[in-house]
Amino acid sequence: MKVLPFAGAALAALLVLSPAAQAHKRWLLPSHTVVSDTQWITVDTTASNDIFYVDMPFPLDGLSVTGPDGEPAEVDNRLQGHRRSVFDVNLNQQGSYRITLVRPLYVSLYQLDGERQHRRGGSPQELREALPEGAEDVRISEVIGRLETFATVGAPNTKALAPSGKGLELDALTHPNDLYDSEAARFRFLVDGEPLSGLEVEVMPAGTRYRDSQEAWTVTTDDDGEVTLEWPHAGRYYLEANHGDDRVENDQADSRRLQYMATFEVLPL
Amino acid sequence: MRVALAAALCALAGAAWSAEFKVELEVPRLSVAEYHAPYVAFWVRHDESGAVTPLGLWYDDQEKWLKDLRLWWRRTGRGQSDPYDGLTGATRRPGQHSVDFSELPALADLPEGDYQLVVEAAREVGGREVVRLPFHWPADQAATVDASGDQELGRVRLRTAP
Repeated sequence: MKVLPFAGAALAALLVLSPAAQAHKRWLLPSHTVVSDTQWITVDTTASNDIFYVDMPFPLDGLSVTGPDGEPAEVDNRLQGHRRSVFDVNLNQQGSYRITLVRPLYVSLYQLDGERQHRRGGSPQELREALPEGAEDVRISEVIGRLETFATVGAPNTKALAPSGKGLELDALTHPNDLYDSEAARFRFLVDGEPLSGLEVEVMPAGTRYRDSQEAWTVTTDDDGEVTLEWPHAGRYYLEANHGDDRVENDQADSRRLQYMATFEVLPL
Repeated sequence: MRVALAAALCALAGAAWSAEFKVELEVPRLSVAEYHAPYVAFWVRHDESGAVTPLGLWYDDQEKWLKDLRLWWRRTGRGQSDPYDGLTGATRRPGQHSVDFSELPALADLPEGDYQLVVEAAREVGGREVVRLPFHWPADQAATVDASGDQELGRVRLRTAP
């Protein structure tokens, strides 16, 4: 196999882009997003490129549900099935809930016998110890994927939505449970709490199984880190954004990749 | 699979019958974040009877995605199993490709009539497209038919000759 020389910038780009370029889309799909009385909802969790049909489960470690008072909400019936993981959330207060799943992952990239290899692991230390003999050009990338969705009882409020200031996050200028087909939504994206301009955000309507094209579109955040989304029709939408830099949380890693993946429901008016 | 195919072709090379049936097609280069080469299926459909004759399949030994070639799957794929009928091979990267089906025994067996060559492409995290090219078989003179896809397939050309 021919080994291509990589310039520093190209290597960095590859390092940042390649783990997700081969990954599946991941998403949380709530059974209900806008309800008028307190109730349980159920949320499917899966890695699937078929929007929104479940394919592969993954662990629910890193799940946090924040209630309208800013406190953790009740979660029940965690299950990792054969095709999806699932859990129920008790919407027992008026207001908005944020459902978030964040799981840091580390990826080592290296050259071995002239071929590029990569391996996933739970920590840079674990990956360094697992490197095979003769591995060269070793880079450890921190990959932090943040999955989110939202649900609201009664009138929306924003206490649960407050950004944490860490990683790639949504600052919802339009409330994510106040989305209607005849109205544009305005979202801001933050990295470590600061608006990020030039971020590409991909949006895709549900139902890929029943059509011949993805129908995804991409918008880019403006100088204030904001995008405007016009929904072509009511329904559920998958949104994804990726950003790479070297502001690692674990200083044993060389670079980090931030992913934000969210599910929104747009209602007809 | 390829070895078996090569052996079959070698066995056929001496046969007298050698009407030409060649397909050229373009796998378009797409600017997308996540690219997987498309699965592509080829078959011919007899206009009068609707009979389907599979010609070939490009896939990467992942049977999970074969159903995404939805038309091929319904017409013939779901009734088959590995090894799939016709010339099978790995998926192809973007660019111009050609496939020579001339020596395929199934083509030699077709009754005279009007047919369509059907080419279907389906790409993971991408789209699906079907292109149809009408032709008469067996060819009484050299003929070229062109068709073009919009997204998943570029220009497709069928060359037939006696």
